[in-house]
This record gives sequence, structure tokens and C-alpha cells, in this order.
Amino acid sequence: MSLLDTKPLIGRVEEVGDRIALADYESGGGYSGARNALTQMSPEEVIDLVKDAGLKGRGGAGFPTGMKWNFAKGEPLTPGPKYLVCNADEMEPGTFKDRYLMEYNPHILIEGMIIGAFAIQAEIAYIFLRGEYHDPYDQLIRAIGEATERGYLGTSVFGTDFNLDLRVHLSGGRYICGEETALLNALEGKRAQPRSKPPFPPASGAWGRPTIVNNVETFCNVPAILRNGSQWYQDLGLTEDAGTKLYGVSGRVNNPGLWELPMGTPIREIIDDHAGGMLNGFKLRGLLPGGASTDFLVEEHFDLAMDYATIQSAGSRMGTGTMILMDDSICPVDMCRNLEHFFAQESCGFCTPCREGIPWVESLLTDIENGKGQPGDLEILDQHAAYIGGPSNTFCLHAPGAMEPLQSALKYFREDFEQHIKLGKCPYRSRTESPASSD
Amino acid sequence: MATITIDGVEYQAEEGANLLHAVLSERLDLPYFCWHPSLGSVGACRQCAVIQYMNPEDERGRLQMACMTNVSDGMRISIEAQHASDFRSLVIEWLMENHPHDCPVCEEGGECHLQDMTVMTGHSVRRYRGSKRTWRNQDLGPFIGHEMNRCITCYRCVRFYGEYAGGKDLGAFGSRDRMFFGRYDDGTLESEFAGNLVEVCPTGVFTDKPFASHYTRKWDLQSAPSICPGCSVGCNTFASERYGKLKRLTNRYHGELNRYFICDRGRFGSHFVNRDDRIRNAAVMGEDGVFEYGDSTKVVEQAAKTVDNNTIGIGSPRASLESNFALRQLVGSENFCVGIQDVELELVNTSIEVMNEGGFTVPSLDQVEQSDAVLVLGEDISNSAPRIALAVRQSTRLVSFELATGADIPVWQDAGVRGHAQHSRNPLFIASPASTRLDEIATEVASGSVTDLIEIGRSIEHALENQQAASGFAASVAKALSSAECPLVIAGCSLGSDALVRSAARIAQTLKRSGNDSRLIVVPREANTMGVALLGGGLSMTQAIERLSSGSTTIVLENDLYRRASSDVVDEALKNGTCIALDSVENSTIGKSRFAFPAATYAEQTGTFVNYETRAQRFFQVFEPLDEIQSSWKWLSQLATAGGRDEASWESFEVLASNCADSTFEELCNVAPSADFRLTGGSRIPRQTHRYSGRTAMLAHDNIHEPKSTVDSETPFSYSMEGQVSTDQDGAVIPYAWSPGWNSNQSVFKFQQEVGGELAGGDPGVRLLDVSTDPVTNGSAKEQSDSQSRGESSESGLELVPMNDVFGSDELSSLSWPIQKRMSSPYAVLSKQDAEELDLQVGMGISVAGLEESLEVCIDDRLRPGLIGIPQGFIRGTEFLPSRVEVARDPDYVGRSDTNADVIAKG
Repeated sequence: MSLLDTKPLIGRVEEVGDRIALADYESGGGYSGARNALTQMSPEEVIDLVKDAGLKGRGGAGFPTGMKWNFAKGEPLTPGPKYLVCNADEMEPGTFKDRYLMEYNPHILIEGMIIGAFAIQAEIAYIFLRGEYHDPYDQLIRAIGEATERGYLGTSVFGTDFNLDLRVHLSGGRYICGEETALLNALEGKRAQPRSKPPFPPASGAWGRPTIVNNVETFCNVPAILRNGSQWYQDLGLTEDAGTKLYGVSGRVNNPGLWELPMGTPIREIIDDHAGGMLNGFKLRGLLPGGASTDFLVEEHFDLAMDYATIQSAGSRMGTGTMILMDDSICPVDMCRNLEHFFAQESCGFCTPCREGIPWVESLLTDIENGKGQPGDLEILDQHAAYIGGPSNTFCLHAPGAMEPLQSALKYFREDFEQHIKLGKCPYRSRTESPASSD
Repeated sequence: MATITIDGVEYQAEEGANLLHAVLSERLDLPYFCWHPSLGSVGACRQCAVIQYMNPEDERGRLQMACMTNVSDGMRISIEAQHASDFRSLVIEWLMENHPHDCPVCEEGGECHLQDMTVMTGHSVRRYRGSKRTWRNQDLGPFIGHEMNRCITCYRCVRFYGEYAGGKDLGAFGSRDRMFFGRYDDGTLESEFAGNLVEVCPTGVFTDKPFASHYTRKWDLQSAPSICPGCSVGCNTFASERYGKLKRLTNRYHGELNRYFICDRGRFGSHFVNRDDRIRNAAVMGEDGVFEYGDSTKVVEQAAKTVDNNTIGIGSPRASLESNFALRQLVGSENFCVGIQDVELELVNTSIEVMNEGGFTVPSLDQVEQSDAVLVLGEDISNSAPRIALAVRQSTRLVSFELATGADIPVWQDAGVRGHAQHSRNPLFIASPASTRLDEIATEVASGSVTDLIEIGRSIEHALENQQAASGFAASVAKALSSAECPLVIAGCSLGSDALVRSAARIAQTLKRSGNDSRLIVVPREANTMGVALLGGGLSMTQAIERLSSGSTTIVLENDLYRRASSDVVDEALKNGTCIALDSVENSTIGKSRFAFPAATYAEQTGTFVNYETRAQRFFQVFEPLDEIQSSWKWLSQLATAGGRDEASWESFEVLASNCADSTFEELCNVAPSADFRLTGGSRIPRQTHRYSGRTAMLAHDNIHEPKSTVDSETPFSYSMEGQVSTDQDGAVIPYAWSPGWNSNQSVFKFQQEVGGELAGGDPGVRLLDVSTDPVTNGSAKEQSDSQSRGESSESGLELVPMNDVFGSDELSSLSWPIQKRMSSPYAVLSKQDAEELDLQVGMGISVAGLEESLEVCIDDRLRPGLIGIPQGFIRGTEFLPSRVEVARDPDYVGRSDTNADVIAKG
């Protein structure tokens, strides 16, 4: 049995033991899915297949990919191009899965995008790449060159009458560019501010044209679905959700890293079996399951399966599926302060709660961490978590995301916050450490 | 219509309308910042939160921003719900983190939307302990002050300036809680609509700099409704006074005209009223050539003695209709000249002639915005009538609303509509000699001399008759106009070509015959050109000056003859004849007159201007003038009485106005309520606000006795703070926008029937001509040869193209000091080729035969070689140059260093 049967995303990387060149990729069945789609199938059939496979977006929200593509199928309302965009602006703290895919297996992304572009009949596609991803950029450019040379990109893809111009756009570098509509604004050369929906990008996206935006990992799931069918794909998952997932662990474990595992692998199994368990002397207190903008999970949740529905029912989100662990040596207040510092800094500055609310949260957390917290501060934090966190209270989901770790920390680690204020200092911090700074 | 329930009360609203729009249209209080009725919704400030309930059982509901919500039938919302009002209060608390507590020294204090909203939400205790961020402010030029520390990041400034008005040099910089709104670097804001930032900004970031230099709180201002004297649009303004000085001009909402915005000529062009060289007393010229002041009665008597049946009157397009009428009555219609150049009068008469024929609509600005294809033929409206240009700019967005509707994007969702439309615009074609500021959004432009433009006009006419045979620009124009529902043609008087105006009229009439709801605007030059032309007189300007020259006593009403005829001709005439001049500010005509009478400016008197639509609008006295200054008609009345001509003597404005209406246009009676208008409760309308302060102390340095306030018997207004201005009263007599809880100009929605709609008491003004929209078959179709024959290209020199500049071409505003700071050096526009041949570069000097001063060279790529554009009004004589001028490089030219010529879009 080939590793590719259980690890369609990076099995080939493990087989080859290095970055995959075009020849290696093709000898493992690469581009046969795309070739099959373009030469044997109609766009509708491709969409239906992806729908049947139950592929959900891997960027964090878990929206069904086939359904999304369905929104942009057929002729646009007004004549003009459609666009396919790959969101490769991987800036979620603790998340490095897309980077791995693009550095080690760039052709799988290209193949996935060829299939996606064909499905929605978009002849121009962009990879919107995080500005700091120099190595992935080089790998993508190389791979696009190889694919173009072989006739997999450009005019007459696989000898058909379908053309695809795939371009890589290096981001100017803001977290908010990962928000799909801010990404589109940035792509158009405008301020990276999110857009109000409606219009949704499938109706009016880049340059006002129908546009589909998918995450890197999402596209990478597509070639194997085309190759092996929807039933095979569904069977890969352990729970309701189909396929495999790149799970990552960072924190004080023996073997931090990234693994392709069946969707729905339990948290504890990921940490103990794959990440090698906690380092000696450290106890796991809580974790952010899918990046900085997800709620903390604690002991009671560690046996849960990592899939969209299960984690959601535990009050958090699977997000990117790359966990950040908080062990018992880490001050939850300081961790929140650090996270909110990031979110305050990355606010685009458009709407008030985000622009002004998160900096206030950060300054309160800094005060509390530095022993300057005051009675009533926690109520202000609660108020922010509640009012910024509401579904349509802010313009986009950046600020609600920023409140997720805070609100759960206030719930699960409230005693730590209270103790800071009561003691007038951080109990985790030794006397020699310099105070937390908000800059 | 949809029925919506707001806090348990049912209201009717339009299905699909914006919820905030609907709430405010019911005159309910709901705080907001980033939304603006003309700019739409973007959802940035999150201030207008309400609770929306999903169904009748839902008691919890969910927070929604009203500005980002569609009205739907059966919708149930709450403004008062605790959760919503807590959130709104928290939004203010967030905005206040960095907002300085500098209200006592802030120009916005007392009329600050942020203050109002803060009070309205109830936020009062500061919990945020952090320090406030501060900014380095920019010098944005003579009009606009900049204080970024006060910014609450609502984005309205950049949305108005860039997206609405097309400005390029104001942007949003930075991100997170470090957003900066300004220019890339210090420098004068380029847009001629920059002044609106003062009113668009909800707090004191962008402020009126000239006003700040002699500042008064809004509550201490004495105000009256006024009409801008800057051009022929007739924008409605509030003119405000304190201590005998006109302090500032602000926009007065008119649903069909200026709505929320005016141009900078209007806003900053009125400081001439406060000039030191105002004429303040009646005077008679002494033997030694110096005016002698004395008893004005005696001056009147002396002057009256020179008035006989041979006396002529020269009226003025910048004087009120009533003063012009009084003069016409005094000298007799056959001896009255309307006071504009012959060529211009011919053009205005042509436009009146075609309006009388009809066969098109004369659109209000609101209708201009709703015109789905526009042709501008010859007139640079961005300089001669900027507010029309701003409306045309909006008209090109109509298609974006259609596209949005097709894509299920609510038309009020501004960013979505713009993003979806991208560069799709309605057709706008511009045929003009040189580039205009609307070119950037034009579908196509055509350039050429006046003769070329006439030819272009004819080609369009032919193309409309036979589209197959047409090609090029004319074919594109004809195609676009004839496929539009409401095509608009705009021409004007600036180029002095009757043929162009007639051609424009024929195009509009042809379109009407083909079933399009066509519109036509012919832009007159000055505020009351249309009024005085409708009044009419027996003498042309040439005849009038000949009569003066031949010794007739001539009464010159608020007119500088040196702007109407060439210097040598006027010099000669004034030397030979007796001139009785009435004017407000000293000028060359006054200096050579026998008698001088101090005339009130528009701010110091009540009168009527007639705009381009023939809409007569009333401006009211804001404050009493100094010394002997009074309305011209009062001097004329006194002259009539002294000369025993009682038929031309008027005891009051009311009598004069009703006489004027009787003998000209009956509709004039309905321009505005008469002096016997009373508020409920019986009082007159107060010019002063209910918080007017310091009344008893104002003159205490002179006399501790408070003088009795003047009783105003001429208008419905009083010099008092007593009386409650009603939000539903006649739209023509609203003295200021103010409503309980709404101290800022945002209170205007309380005066409207619906947000952004007609004023509750009706939009002011009445149209004097009822232009028939019935198609005409044989109107001005008879072509007339162009009265001004243009030179052949074989002749030497360059062909003159008269140009306009928003800052400098208008007489009165160019006497206003802020405008003077903004004006560029007198300049001439050349084609690149001619500049090269003359060895000239931008900024060098060019001398023009017939002009005393050299002009600074500008180069315009659109100007055809062989032409030279010279803006009028900057230096004397530019209006009277021959059609071909000899030019040469002036090697000794030194540019004025104190001007900012580089930022002014010339031409």
C-alpha cells in the first residue's frame, strides 16, 4: 500500500524524503487527477465530485468547498473574467501547514488549482502568498515554470481548449490579508480592509468579478479526490468530516511538528503519539486548537476528536488544526497579553471595536501582568469579550477572533487573573524578568 | 412599502431601504458617524447599533448595525434595548480613548457631532487608563485647518474627498489605532470642494481656517438663509455674523440644488464683505479728484439734480433682482442696460429664447445626478459652475447602482457598489478647448478651437439624425445620448459662442423628439445674470457706454464697467459723462465717478437672485451694515424721491418686491414668505440662536446702555434670540440647522421630509420660466452664423480662448482674502508645441499684446496648437483681447513666490 493512500497531501514527500520535483510528483500519480478532470469530465461533474467527497475548507472556517465552487459556476452575469484565488497568506500564529505544503509539494497545490479553475471556468488564478514566505515563493515559481513547460498551465491546458494563467502575488504583509475580502482588496492594490458581505466573492470578488478563494491545504486535497473518488476520500476521515488533515503542535512537547492524519484524530493522540508528549516536568494546562484566534480547550477536552463539529461543540473552533499548547509554566494572562498585542497590531483600523477595543484589552492585560491591575478590570475585559465578540458587532471576524482566546481564558483561568490583581504581580514571573511591554 | 416596528411603534418604510435612513427619516434619534446621506453606508464606526428581533417570539434579538441593514416588511427592532444602548455607549468610550478633551479650544465645540453623540449615548466616565496618541498636523493650505488628534477614524473625509468629489491628495494612512488622514506631505488641498471636509468631519479634525482666525461659537452667530453670489448655480447657504463681521458661510441644504455640498469659492469667497476698503459713506467727487463725504441727504440731492429723462441705468448681474428693477423703474426700461457684455447678453438671451421654445427639461442638480448620459459642449463647468460639475460626477455612477442591484448589492452599500462597478461609468463626453477636471471620468474628450467645437456640435446634430453616416467622437456621443433615458447637454457662456449654445439646444431638442427625456443647461456667468437678463433693458452695453460717453448721466448699479468694456473706452466714457455709482467695494469705476453711494453686500440686505434654472431664490439680511451702507434700491429710491420721481420710490422691500413681481413675473411673490410671516407663538424667526450670549456686553466698551435691537420690518426675521425655529417651517426661511440634541449640521435631517429628500417646508425658490418639455419641431433649428468670426489660422499670433478659474475669475470672491491666498499668478495656457516654438517652459513668463502684465506659462496637452487660453478676471483687460493675440516670451518675468500655482489644476 502506498503512503499516498493514507496521506494524500504529504505521503509522497515522505516517500521521496525530500522536496518533490515534477518527475517525482508525476511518478506518484501527480497531475492525473487534473488531466482526468479536464479531459474526461465537465466542470459540473468536478464540482459534484468535490461536493460528494465532503471536502471542507482548510483555512479555518470549514465551509464546504464544492458548495463554494457551485456559487461561481456557469456564465457570469456580465461578460468578463472569473478569478480563482489561493489564500496562501498563512499568518495565523502557530500555523505553518501551508508553508510545508508549498515548500515540499508545490505541484499538488498547482494541480488542485488547475482542477478548481476548471470547475468554475476561471482562466486567471492567483496565489496570494504571505510576504515573508520567500522559500515557498521560490518553490512555487519553479513548479509553475515546470508545469507551464509541460503544458499543464498556460494555453491549452492538457491539450484542451481550457487556458489557465497562474500568477503568484507576494503580499505586502498584514495578518488581515488572510481575510478573503481584505485579501482581494490587497490584490487589487487597495488598502487591505475587509469588505462588507454581500456581495460575497463568488458574486463580486476581485475587480468586481466572480471569484473563488480557497486555502492552500484545501486545494491540495482536491487532486486525490479526483484520482480516487469521493467515497475513498470520505473513508479517510475517522469521524463525520472527510479526508486527512495536517495537524500541528507547538509548545513544550518532545517532538513539535506537523503530521498528516485522518480527520478526527483525537487531540490526545496527536499530542502523545505524534508530538511525543509533554517535555519532562511540564504539564499541559490548555491549548488553542487551531491558531491564535480560537478558544482555549482544557483537560476535559483533550480526548475529543479534532474535527470541525466536535471542537465547535466544545466551544472552540478547529481553525487551522495547528495547536498551540499552554503548559503549567506559562502565565495565561501573559499569553493572552501576547496574543492581544498581536491582534491589536494587526487590526486594519477600519471599525471602532477592533481598532480601539483590542488595544484597550491589551493595555489592561499589560497592566494586570505588570501588577498594576485594578478591581473592575476583569469586568471591563468581560465586557469587551462579550461586545467585541458578537457576530455582527464588528465589521469582520478579526476582532471576534481576537476575543476567543481571551473569553475562554477568562472562563478557564479566571483565578490566575484575579490572583494577579490581588497580589499586584504576576505569580509566574521571577523578580529578575523585565515587565511585559505593550510595544 | 414595508411596515417596521421600532420599540413597539409601527412605521412605514420603503422595502429594501437602509434601516438607518428609515430610522432617521422618522426623526428618531440614533447615533452614527461614518454614514452620510450622500455617501451611503460602509459600516466602519459601529455606532448605529440596534437590536433586531428574528420573529415575534424573539425577545433577545441580535445586535445589528442599522446602516448595514435592509428594511424588510414585518421587521422588528429596538433602539432603546439595553444591550444596544450599552454597545453604543461603549463605542463612544472606545472613540474617546484617544480623543483630546480640548472642546473648550476646539473650533467644532458647540456644533460637534461627536459631542452630540457622546451626550446621546450617555458615556461620561473615562475608564481607559492608557495615554493618548498624538499626531503632527499638516498645513493643508489657506482654507482647511488640520488637527488629527481629534480624529475618530470615521473615514468620511476620504470618502467624500476622494470617492465623491474626485480629489487625489487626501488619503487614509497607517493601520490599527494609528490611522492618519491627510496628505502625503504638507500642502494645499487641491480639490475645489475641500471646504466640505469641515462639514463632513463629525468633529474638529478639518476646520474652517479663515473662520478660526476670527472665531465665534455657533451659538453666538447671528445667521440668515442666503444664496451664494459666486456663480449661477445659486447654492443655498447660511451666512453668519458676529460683531458686524461676516464670519463664515456654511452649506444650507436644498434638496434639488446643492444638497449637502458647496464649492470652496462659495464657502471662502465671502470675506470681501469685511474688507477695509468697503465704501461706507455717500460721497461726491471734489474738484481735486478726491471724494468728499458729508451729509448723505445733500449728496442724494446733488446727484438727483443730474438725473433727467436722458439718464441711463446700468444694472448688474451681481445685484439683486429688486435693485435692478428699481433702477429700471427709475430710468425707464428703454434707458436700462442689464450690465453685461453684448456677446454675453446675446448668449443669455439665446438661452432664454430656447427655454421659451422648450423641448427639454432644465434640470435641477438633483436631476443632473439622475442623468444617464452627459455631453458638455464647450463649457468648463469644473471652473465656471463647480457644483454642477460635482453633480455630473455623481451622474456617471448611475450604472454602478444598476450593476449592484443586478448582483443583489444594496445600493446604499457604498463600498460594495463601488467595488462591484469598478470603472464602469455612465457616458460623459466633454468637448472643450483645454483639459477640465472632469476629463478623468469622461468616456471620451474632444479638443479644439471654438470653431472646431461648433463643428463638433454640428457633427453630433447630424449624427443624431443619421447615426449610420457618423463616425468618431460625434458618433459615440450621438449613440450614447440617444440610448440614454435622460441625456443631459451642458453648454455655457464662457466661450462667447452663440452657435455652440444653439447647437446644444438643438441636440437636446432633437433627443426629445426621439423620445428621450432630454435636459439642457446653459451656464450663465454670474449669480443673477439670468435674473437681470429676464428683466431686460433697451440698451446694450456698447450703447450704454456710448450714451455715457456722449454726456448722459449714468447710474451704475454694483458694476465695474472695466470688467464690461475695454479700459480706453470706459476711461473715455467716464471722463465725458456723469456717473452715479453704487457699489460695496472700491473699484475703478467708482474711482472715476461723480457720485459714490455705499451699497450693501448680499449679506447686508434682502433680495433675490435667479439661477441657471431661472429659479428665483431669496437671500436675507444677515446683519445691519455699517455707517451709511444700505441696499442699492434704497439709494435709488431716495434719488427718485429727491428728483420728484415718486413712481420709482419704494417705502419698503415688500412694496418693491411685489411691484417687481407685478410688472415682471408673478411667481416672484412666492419666492419666500413675506415680512408678516410669524412662527407659532406669534414671534418672528430669530436670527440668533436660543443660546446667543453676550448680547448686553457686546458694545459695552462703547456704551454701557444696551441699544434697542433693530426692528426688522422687511423680512420674517428678527434681530433676536426669541422664538422657536420649527423644523417644518418654509424651507426658504430656515436661519440655521439646529435641533434639540443635534447641535451640529447633522441636525439637517430633522428639517427634511425624508433623509436626503425635500425639506419638510419645501425646497426654496420658484422657477420663473415654465420650460415646456413638449417636443418642438422647428425651434432654434434655424442655424445662425456665429456672431464672433474667428480668425484664420494663416494669421499671425495665437487664437484666444477665454478660460475660467474657480479661484480668480469671479469678481467678488477674488476680493476675499482666503481666495486670494489660493489664487495662482495670472497665467496663460499654451500647447506644448507652441510653448516649444516660443522657447517657453512651465513657470516662465509670456507677454500678450494688449495686457500690461505678463502671464505665467502653463502647458496643457489638450490645447490645440495655435490657441492660447487666458483665464478671465485675474488682470484687467483679459476679457477684451482681440480674438487673435500676439505673444512673446518675457525674459524678465519673475513669478509670484507667494502663490501655490503648482497645486491648482489650471484650465
